[in-house]
Amino acid sequence: MARSSPYRGPAPYVFLGPYLILTAVFFVYPLLDAAALAFEQTNGPSSRAFVGLDNFRFLASDPVFHHALVNTTVFALCSVFLQLPLSLLLAVLLNQGGDRFKGLLRLVLFSPNLVGQIFVGILFSVLFTPRYGLINRFSHALLGWGLEEQWLGNPALVMPAIVLTSLWMYVGFNMIYFLAALQAVDKSLEEAARIDGAGRWQVFWHVTLPSMRHVLVFVVLTSIIGSYQLFELPLALLASSNGTGPDNSGLTVITYLNEVAFNSGDLGLGSAVGWSVALIIFAISLVQIRFTRAAEE
Amino acid sequence: MNPLRLLVCALVFGFLLLWALSPRRPRLALAYLRLVLLGSACLLVLAPFFWLLAAVFKDRDYFNEYLFFPPLSEWSSASLNLDNFRRLLAGKPSVTGTVYFWQYVLNSLFFACTSTVLQLLFCSLGGYALARYDFRGKTALMTFMLGSMMIPGVLLMAPIYELMVKLQLIDTYHGLIIPGVVGAYGIFLFRQAILGVPAEIVDAGRIDGCSELKIYYSLVMPLVRPMAAAFCLVSFLGNWNAFFGPNVFLHSQAKLTLPVVLNLYVSQYGSDYGVFLSGTALAILPPAVLFFALEKEFVGGLTSGAVKG
Repeated sequence: MARSSPYRGPAPYVFLGPYLILTAVFFVYPLLDAAALAFEQTNGPSSRAFVGLDNFRFLASDPVFHHALVNTTVFALCSVFLQLPLSLLLAVLLNQGGDRFKGLLRLVLFSPNLVGQIFVGILFSVLFTPRYGLINRFSHALLGWGLEEQWLGNPALVMPAIVLTSLWMYVGFNMIYFLAALQAVDKSLEEAARIDGAGRWQVFWHVTLPSMRHVLVFVVLTSIIGSYQLFELPLALLASSNGTGPDNSGLTVITYLNEVAFNSGDLGLGSAVGWSVALIIFAISLVQIRFTRAAEE
Repeated sequence: MNPLRLLVCALVFGFLLLWALSPRRPRLALAYLRLVLLGSACLLVLAPFFWLLAAVFKDRDYFNEYLFFPPLSEWSSASLNLDNFRRLLAGKPSVTGTVYFWQYVLNSLFFACTSTVLQLLFCSLGGYALARYDFRGKTALMTFMLGSMMIPGVLLMAPIYELMVKLQLIDTYHGLIIPGVVGAYGIFLFRQAILGVPAEIVDAGRIDGCSELKIYYSLVMPLVRPMAAAFCLVSFLGNWNAFFGPNVFLHSQAKLTLPVVLNLYVSQYGSDYGVFLSGTALAILPPAVLFFALEKEFVGGLTSGAVKG
């Protein structure tokens, strides 16, 4: 395809103008400001004072922040090791069958994603009601356990409740990506492996999975990044206990940020939390990319 | 033995039976297993929706009496009625006067629609510029854009809040909408789609004397319509469900959007579930309608950026 004739004029700058202006004002400036804010203490937006590394020192020693960090990490691990395998299983099952069926099932399994996290949180906060909630009754009928369980009031059950809710919400979302990747796998490769005498499981493990590694990396990365930004779901789910759960058992890093920055007015400390999250995400992305590079060579 | 456990046992027994019939080539047993697993996954996904449907119509006194709908013999205006909606839609006093629930619906619609239209316009313009022009600084700009997507949005919340206070944009809709109307991700999506439009079409337009804007509007955009539809859906959903921004930037009761208000209602109404659940049901409805109307574009658009492997 021939490139279009060279054009020398203002058009591209005009078309990109809104992006350039808005990015300068609402991205570059706040980013620089965030770098400055992290070393300052503020009380509301107007009064600022330089405090050096105090914000980071405070975070390093604040048990509440550590609790938030642990909770969020547990959630991220559950996303990767619980939710993604389930999504993959559903995608594989879905990919085996005829097309008419596939479209409908895909639609159903994806549908929770249309509902915002806040609305899902509100809905599930009632589903987890002791004695009457759908989940309590279901678990009682199936397992004989959990009718009177206080999912959202018992610190030991708060994280499981958040993970269960996010499973309901996101299993179908990642399944869509896996399904698209499965459909793009070269059928002749799988066929060749089968002719060479490989079993179903071997074909899947040695042929199908490696050929969808790009999507796997993408989904794992976005899941981890999304997990570290978890905020709205626990906030709505735990609205009856301040959005953080009893004993901060459902506190996430972003809930913590929201609390210190916008409820207590210390935007400096909030920025420091923001940088910590950014650093964690950046480090994980780097490790992940290294890891897959090494695996490919 | 309750019905649920009986059902599970029957399903497991069916699998064992099929397996026993032909243990060497368990094709039938596996097909059965697949159907059972997919079927139960679908039921688990749909159950909360069905439960919600029942919950919003059940009267307060019957709410905990039955898990889903009451049995047909119990159906009457005492057990199933619109009382929850009536209480939801009744006006509530606030500092600035009575506010009705439909005000929040309108706010959400206004915010989501305006943002979506502006996002479509500015992202597609930007994508067009990146796809069809060679200009100075293009490589540097694209590197910057890719890098900017690595920065999590929450990092910028505190300084943007400070900026909004300085610009006196707190508690206004333009303050809420403007920062989000164009982003690197959307521009890249459109760039990718517009790269697929043959260059000959653009050249033909130039020879015929079209202005650059006219080429974008009447020649290029119609050709990337499926992609634009998917973009609008994803972006509408994101705006409709947005919570962090509206929660931080909007203060007056009459300006709040649905997610913010419903989150407040949970603590205000306590165990009077019917009211905020009916509000939640109303809030789920518009995205659901849009989605089912445009399902094909939606799923295609979600994965268009991802599956390049």
